[in-house]
Amino acid sequence: MSLRRLHSEQPDSFKFTSANLKWAKGQMKKYPKGRQASAVIPLLWRAQEQEGWLSKPAIEYVGEMLDMAFIRVLEVATFYFMFQLQPVGKIAHVQVCGTTSCMICGAEDLIGVCKDMIASAPHAISEDGNFSWEEVECLGACSNAPMVQIGKDFYEDLTETSFREILQAFGRGEVPTPGPQNGRFAAEPLSGLTSLADMNSGDHTHNASAGRALEYADTVKRILGDEVPILKPRKKAAPKTSA
Amino acid sequence: MLADKDRIFTNLYGMHDRTLRGAKKRGHWSGTSKFIKKGPAWIIDEMKKSGLRGRGGAGFPTGLKWSFMPKESDGRPSYLVVNADESEPGTCKDREIMRHDPHTLIEGCLIAGFAMSAEAGYIYIRGEFIREREALQAAIDEAYDAGLLGKNAAKSGYDFELYLVHGAGAYICGEETALLESLEGKKGMPRMKPPFPAGAGLYGCPTTVNNVESIAVVPTILRRGSDWFSSFGRENNAGTKLFAISGHVNNPCVVEEAMSIPLKDLLDKHCGGVRGGWKNLKAVIPGGSSVPLLPAATCNDAIMDFDWLRDQRSGLGTAAVIVMDESTDVIKAIWRLSKFYKHESCGQCTPCREGTGWMMRVMDRLVTGDADPEEIDMLLDVTKQVEGHTICALGDAAAWPIQGLIRHFRDEIEDRIKHKRTGRVSAVAAE
Repeated sequence: MSLRRLHSEQPDSFKFTSANLKWAKGQMKKYPKGRQASAVIPLLWRAQEQEGWLSKPAIEYVGEMLDMAFIRVLEVATFYFMFQLQPVGKIAHVQVCGTTSCMICGAEDLIGVCKDMIASAPHAISEDGNFSWEEVECLGACSNAPMVQIGKDFYEDLTETSFREILQAFGRGEVPTPGPQNGRFAAEPLSGLTSLADMNSGDHTHNASAGRALEYADTVKRILGDEVPILKPRKKAAPKTSA
Repeated sequence: MLADKDRIFTNLYGMHDRTLRGAKKRGHWSGTSKFIKKGPAWIIDEMKKSGLRGRGGAGFPTGLKWSFMPKESDGRPSYLVVNADESEPGTCKDREIMRHDPHTLIEGCLIAGFAMSAEAGYIYIRGEFIREREALQAAIDEAYDAGLLGKNAAKSGYDFELYLVHGAGAYICGEETALLESLEGKKGMPRMKPPFPAGAGLYGCPTTVNNVESIAVVPTILRRGSDWFSSFGRENNAGTKLFAISGHVNNPCVVEEAMSIPLKDLLDKHCGGVRGGWKNLKAVIPGGSSVPLLPAATCNDAIMDFDWLRDQRSGLGTAAVIVMDESTDVIKAIWRLSKFYKHESCGQCTPCREGTGWMMRVMDRLVTGDADPEEIDMLLDVTKQVEGHTICALGDAAAWPIQGLIRHFRDEIEDRIKHKRTGRVSAVAAE
């Protein structure tokens, strides 16, 4: 448990872009009739992707869309840690995994880099306004430890030096290629394949995550809804339920 | 070593064609409708015979779990929910399935959904896996376009819808009833059981929640036969399994191996051995953060399966192996897990909400050595009071690593306290 509250300064209003609104309405159709509240997390997340952080007007806006009491949306927004309840750096919010696998592989050095290059405290915005950082719990890429998430992407197998270079590149407005930074393809052994050697077709230059990042080029982009759609509309309506 | 021809996840590293066409070439989606036409009873029976135990940590027999679903609907629909909220520290196996071999999972969803007469399946993926979500959604879209999902899925005569939904960063949503709460758009707070999800789960309807790997292995088991699957591993620990190895090995990796593989073989064959050699090993957490660690002496003949590890008062969990060499501050490593559980406790049950904080604060002092020796037993006592006194297993999971630490490294904790104290005493004497 941690104490999470709304930020003291809030914008006046929030509105989905028309493309995001269309997307949001599509999301609501995934659930049975009357169960549209199920879409609260995806909608709040899209609001955050659009604005960079989650404001009170955005929480209320999503509540109205889903016909939910504001308190129910607020408790979801404060419960789930991916929702940033305060403004974040203009270019990127850097999330360093600090849990045991990453910690014993050097995550504390990465946190040191954040303190040095961004701000001494987590969630504080750097002097130039470009970055903020926090230590997060296990991000599920433990065989590629230590790692950080920046925007949509994982930067894995980091060292203090490679992490510094990545932050510098972001500062220059570039987006370094995500994925393992030590020459690995994905989660295979670094020294070479010990299994599935025949399954290396050589067709891909990047693993599925890094490949998508390069294709969509939206690692730290604000999502306005006109990007590559991740949900095709289905012909059949969502299943009905009497319960 | 497991031969490549016996691996289920043949595109685990994503180096081969990741599309539906590629998956079909590797044998997936072949004969799916044939299995479905054999009926739910046959599928469930095959799963039982295969000996597959759930891959999400608890190791409950998958076929048996499916058989709890109502055979005839009382008017309510049934749902299949796939737990893709992979957040257990050390665990990174489902990610590889979802981004690189997603069709194993999608085909598994169709077959499992049919076996429990589900009218829809929901895959709940953790929010941080954004690219993995995109990869999996793209594969689901491909399957719909090819007629493998939706109406008359894969020409089987069965209608099945599959949806991908995501969370937003809460470990507790990996607990099945918390996951259902989250799917319903609420805070992820676990529900009391009973009623079990098979009676009243998602939206109050019969629901089965399975781990990604449990579902993704199903089609291959049916294709190659339950005998084939159960030929791997010791009795009651059948099959192949994805192992995720992290920490102080030369080549950390995710790899599919036969169950009951000796730990030493696993680390030597696939990971280039422990950093600095086997003698440099200090401890191993064999199954993700929730299971007690094994000291090096036990690791010598450790066998990676449910029963052997349980006999050592540890567990296979998710088969996420965290290796720690002699340079590791093992007290700090476990302290970090205590911090994790404190952070992730949902706050619903008092013993867990308060207890995880207490445990972490005592662990703080054990790390620095600023504790009284009595506090070790006090901490052990607190872990016993949290364990078993909460709605879900997060309280247990927070208690076990600490109990393991005290059981195996009590000397080291006491030494550190002593060192700190004698350090102080001599400093005073020098004044």
